[in-house]
Amino acid sequence: MKRRLFLKSAMASSAVATAVGAGLLTPKMVFAASDAFTATSKAAVSAAAGASEGTFKFKAPKIAENGAVVPVSVDASNLDNVTNISFLVQTNNTPLAASFNFAGALGFVSTRIKMGKTSPVTAVVTSGGAVSALTNEIKVTVGGCGG
Amino acid sequence: MAKIKLKPKAKKGVIKVKAIVKHPMETGLRKDKKGNPIPANHIDHLTVTHNGNKVVDADIGAAVSKDPYFQFQVPGAKGDEITLAYKDNNGGTGSATAKSK
Repeated sequence: MKRRLFLKSAMASSAVATAVGAGLLTPKMVFAASDAFTATSKAAVSAAAGASEGTFKFKAPKIAENGAVVPVSVDASNLDNVTNISFLVQTNNTPLAASFNFAGALGFVSTRIKMGKTSPVTAVVTSGGAVSALTNEIKVTVGGCGG
Repeated sequence: MAKIKLKPKAKKGVIKVKAIVKHPMETGLRKDKKGNPIPANHIDHLTVTHNGNKVVDADIGAAVSKDPYFQFQVPGAKGDEITLAYKDNNGGTGSATAKSK
């Protein structure tokens, strides 16, 4: 089995798509997050743990009809000097969904995230050096990772 | 590579930047029909510049949806130039520039 995989991947060396032959890709590469991102994720989770309750607006649906596309948005325009807005999905493998650093843009971001299952989602806002967070629980009826 | 739809619109001194980036955003955890994992292929970094100044610098994870949608707000006016650029975990890149309406 291993030899077959090796032969398969030896033939399909260049293109990433064909490298699905799996022989060349170590589990680390195949898994979602890079090391740097996992470190950022861990840092975000600890920052959120020590955060004060946010006064910003965190909009998210109570029930997500499709876990693959969950719209979330944060409006922190009432806070001064917003430097970062991050979204953590607590039950995902790598909780950090995205981390937006602002250097001139307003403290506002809206995006769509994937959720594997029902989970609390935390929006963490760093403004003027202080970290505040709000958590909403989002129920998911159909999981977001195609599994 | 992947296409970007970028629509900045200025209103009362604030440009609302809406963008959709066409990108598969594979987490690397899905499996294809044979049971082989589909390799991770997702945007990992994104920047937005306004008239040449970087205003947003984002680390994006695999948990952001396929064909991701983003909306930002940047102080500015009609005619300002907004550029959105991304890099994915395989080294692929893309960018789009649009003048705010």
